[in-house]
Amino acid sequence: MKVTKEDLQNVAVLSRLAIAEEQEEKYLGQLDKILTYMDNLSALDTKDVKPTTYALPMQNVFREDVVKESLDREAALANAPLKEDGYFKVPKVLED
Amino acid sequence: MRLYEKPAHVLHDMLVNKEITAVALTEDVLARIDEVEGDVKAYLTITRDEALAQAKAVDEKIASGEEISFLEGIPGAIKDNICTKGIKTTCASKILENFVPPYDATAMTKIKAQNPVILGKLNMDEFAMGGSTENSAYHPTCNPWNTDCVPGGSSGGSAASVAAGTSIWALGSDTGGSIRQPASFCGVVGMKPTYGRVSRYGLVAYASSLDQIGPLTRDVTDCANILNIICGHDEMDSTSSEAEVPDFTKALVEDVKGLKIGLPKEYFVDGMDPEVEKTVRAAIEKYKELGAEIVEISLPHTKYAISAYYLIAPAEAATNLQRYDGVSYGERVESDDLVGMMTKTRTEKFGEEVKRRIVIGNYALSAGYYDAYYLKAMKVRTLVQQDYNEAFQKVDVIMAPTAPTPAFKIGEMVSDPLQMYLQDACTVPLNLAGLPGMSIPCGYSSQGMPIGLQIIGKALDEETIIRAAYTYEQSQNYHNEMAKLGGNN
Amino acid sequence: MKYEAVIGLEIHCELKTNTKIFCGCATTFGADQNTHVCPVCLGMPGVLPTINKRVVEFGIKAGLATNCEINKYSKFDRKNYYYPDLPKNWQTSQYDLPIAEHGWVDIDVEGKRKRIRLTRIHMEEDAGKLVHSGTTIKDSSSSNVDYNRTGVPLLEIVSEPDMSSAEEARAYMEKIKSIMEYIDVSNCRMEEGNLRADINVSLRPVGSKELGTRTEMKNINSFKNLEDAINYEIERQEEVLEDGGHIVQETRTFDPARGITLSMRSKENAHDYRYMPEPDLPPIVTSEETIEKYRSELPELPDARRARLESEYGLSDYDAGIITSSRAMAEYFDAVIAEGADPKLAANWIMGDLSKELNAAGIDISQSPVDAKRLGEMIQLIMKDTISGKIAKKVFKEMLTNPDSPEKIVKDKGLVQITDTKAIEGIVDEVIANNQKAVDDYKGGNKKAIGALVGQVMKASKGKANPQMVNKLLAEKLN
Repeated sequence: MKVTKEDLQNVAVLSRLAIAEEQEEKYLGQLDKILTYMDNLSALDTKDVKPTTYALPMQNVFREDVVKESLDREAALANAPLKEDGYFKVPKVLED
Repeated sequence: MRLYEKPAHVLHDMLVNKEITAVALTEDVLARIDEVEGDVKAYLTITRDEALAQAKAVDEKIASGEEISFLEGIPGAIKDNICTKGIKTTCASKILENFVPPYDATAMTKIKAQNPVILGKLNMDEFAMGGSTENSAYHPTCNPWNTDCVPGGSSGGSAASVAAGTSIWALGSDTGGSIRQPASFCGVVGMKPTYGRVSRYGLVAYASSLDQIGPLTRDVTDCANILNIICGHDEMDSTSSEAEVPDFTKALVEDVKGLKIGLPKEYFVDGMDPEVEKTVRAAIEKYKELGAEIVEISLPHTKYAISAYYLIAPAEAATNLQRYDGVSYGERVESDDLVGMMTKTRTEKFGEEVKRRIVIGNYALSAGYYDAYYLKAMKVRTLVQQDYNEAFQKVDVIMAPTAPTPAFKIGEMVSDPLQMYLQDACTVPLNLAGLPGMSIPCGYSSQGMPIGLQIIGKALDEETIIRAAYTYEQSQNYHNEMAKLGGNN
Repeated sequence: MKYEAVIGLEIHCELKTNTKIFCGCATTFGADQNTHVCPVCLGMPGVLPTINKRVVEFGIKAGLATNCEINKYSKFDRKNYYYPDLPKNWQTSQYDLPIAEHGWVDIDVEGKRKRIRLTRIHMEEDAGKLVHSGTTIKDSSSSNVDYNRTGVPLLEIVSEPDMSSAEEARAYMEKIKSIMEYIDVSNCRMEEGNLRADINVSLRPVGSKELGTRTEMKNINSFKNLEDAINYEIERQEEVLEDGGHIVQETRTFDPARGITLSMRSKENAHDYRYMPEPDLPPIVTSEETIEKYRSELPELPDARRARLESEYGLSDYDAGIITSSRAMAEYFDAVIAEGADPKLAANWIMGDLSKELNAAGIDISQSPVDAKRLGEMIQLIMKDTISGKIAKKVFKEMLTNPDSPEKIVKDKGLVQITDTKAIEGIVDEVIANNQKAVDDYKGGNKKAIGALVGQVMKASKGKANPQMVNKLLAEKLN
């Protein structure tokens, strides 16, 4: 499958990454090579094969509804790039 | 012979017998760091003062006649993607350059309960993405056997430090071979336990359904002892196994008589270095001599495993790494608005390989491609698992090379990501199936670089791997040989 | 052209668990910012979620109470999108295998019963809260984030687009609220955001089977806003269509102050949630035994209770509907009856004076200053003719602030009804003597004039005379 520039920029937006125009060719070349290799999968008939999400079968692992100690607020905010009055501070949110 | 050259179990006995002190041992390893770390560059953070204080406390405990645990007072180090409370955990990424976790990984909690001496945090490929440690945002690590070569990766710092004697033991993590391949390149023992054996809580996620923590050590005995410490169910990790953890040291037995060893023809493929093939086949011959039975087997979907792996792992990684957005922790590159800030932060603070895998992962997950790529890969995963299930009907363990080549030169492969991915052909299928695997040294290339033998076991059957590995190890002398580096040896 | 509205609701219902859905942090409302957070709900590197067992229990119970099928194999998925109130930049939710599917509830609007189908119920985590520096998000140069609500468990209850008016949508949401209260999985306090709805509205020509383009309004958190938003949106869409325009598929915000919806100018196609199975959480496999166990723990549900009140106590469908709309009121009613009160009197008092007082005070029936026991006792005083209905209103008012038993209040205040014929006769004679005009009117054929005389007697007795006896005596004396 050939990846287009539009595909690439779409995925970049989904990834919150900026791909400059001059990098596009390099990216596309690498992606194409990798995805072309991966297209070997299409040779396999997997119509009746169930997908595997988990490395090993597991089910019903639950926690009891018992309160545990939360982090102290200072510790919670200690790694924050910017904070204010016990909040994490972020720049202006422009809706989409 | 200096202290740093000895494995942990020997040093433990010497501490118990009061032949040495923990401080003397720690000082010797720190001296070794001073001698060779400039060439190897295995560490990202060295906690020298804390290490000496820990050693002193252990000596006081020994002096007071108290018993000590296996790792007590033995200097080791931790891959920098395992969270250490109060100690910077960067994943070798600029985006976590100053991140200090307010919690320990569960494996770390278990290690700390032993009172070891922690020397610091080890270099790796950024977010464990890579097989050479060249993807570290800080510096590459060099192979102690030849500092022009890579140590492998992503746990390259872990393997290199154990090989160089700048730590006695180390913890690493393995998502597609990240413990076994560097162990192979550096001539040490590295084990990826069964998925779920060791809690992943606090292991910074790369690909959640594949990641597993494991030890890198000088020999199989140390490996078994450290597995005893770090394995076990954890309430904080819903995917951790509830299976009982055996005493792995009971498997340190020299006996492979009647052991059925499977040799998958698909693991000896074109493009494999002939020296690697020759050396691994010689090791298999040795097993035959020791009484094991060799069975030719087939794992027909092996050639699809790389593709499946390089879709599943990046897809999981793409979502796992979404959290690095400059909002509540980690680095931030300021911008007027939120989307701009997030995009700038991620674009400037992630390295090239990380960004490449995020893009591949999001491509595979995005509308229109999910079925063709991600879903398909998950189905192939099922087929890879089935291959192993069938093979293990006939054999007790499977043996193969760990990597298709010995350590390659730094810079040799960076321009060709796909070539780099193909290096993982022998290691990724296990991760897809969740199986345990170990790499042990089994010889050298003509250039004097170590070659690793990979031993693959059934799920939750690390014991048979340990028995097979130990038997071979005791028949050879590789575990007593160290890299010639820094004018020592 | 005549249009009909097609309305579907996605109701987010916050569950009343002690802890968050994936970590042990408390869910208590109103704590100081960022004090109910831990590495897990902050999405720090390397942390892993663990499933709160109660959330699964509540999800299954909600499914059973709304006639859903419970999925025996259910799992969590990652819904990926970037927003600063979502620390991991994905919401752990459920995609293709939700806990419950294919249910229904019945609603009553204008005396007609209608069945609303439920598409699904799934479990997910709530997001945090953004506090903007300006008055609106648009004029803020920065925002502050509080993660206390991040990870509070939610059920998302998705209906089919089966409603066709604001009244129906309201009745549906009231029904869901009532059921969630009955099965005790949520506090359903709308003012705290426990229950909020995303509304989809589209129009189509009456009789058409095809669905029109829909718009969505998110986070509606009161019944009034729900009705206003829908009514406005129906009118707006009608106008657009009448003018020959077409509806743009978009998310609109509802401005309660102005009662209008506004376009958010969002690019819907920019959303690609890239759902993927959550590898950190093993699937949930529910056995028939577990389902039956949870089913057996369900209380009597509103519809069943309503039917019982009608058949057992002869309440009207309307009264039974109101009494059973909230579990607290239904239980209050049952407790009043248990005191020996007449069911119809009890229903009237609860729906009348009690509800009026509670509404005025803005409190819930569970916090009523007059508990069920005392109201039951008071109704019994009426039934025993100790007090009249009119005096009862006085007694009731007194009971709101006076914790004494109604009997004691009646005694202390001297409100016992006069049923002594002699005593009443004296007052009647006096009133007849002093109200010649009314007496003449009555005798002259204006039978209504007796009302004025009754009123005079009641007044003279300070309301304590038994009204039936007063009527009877007056009639005897005047004829």
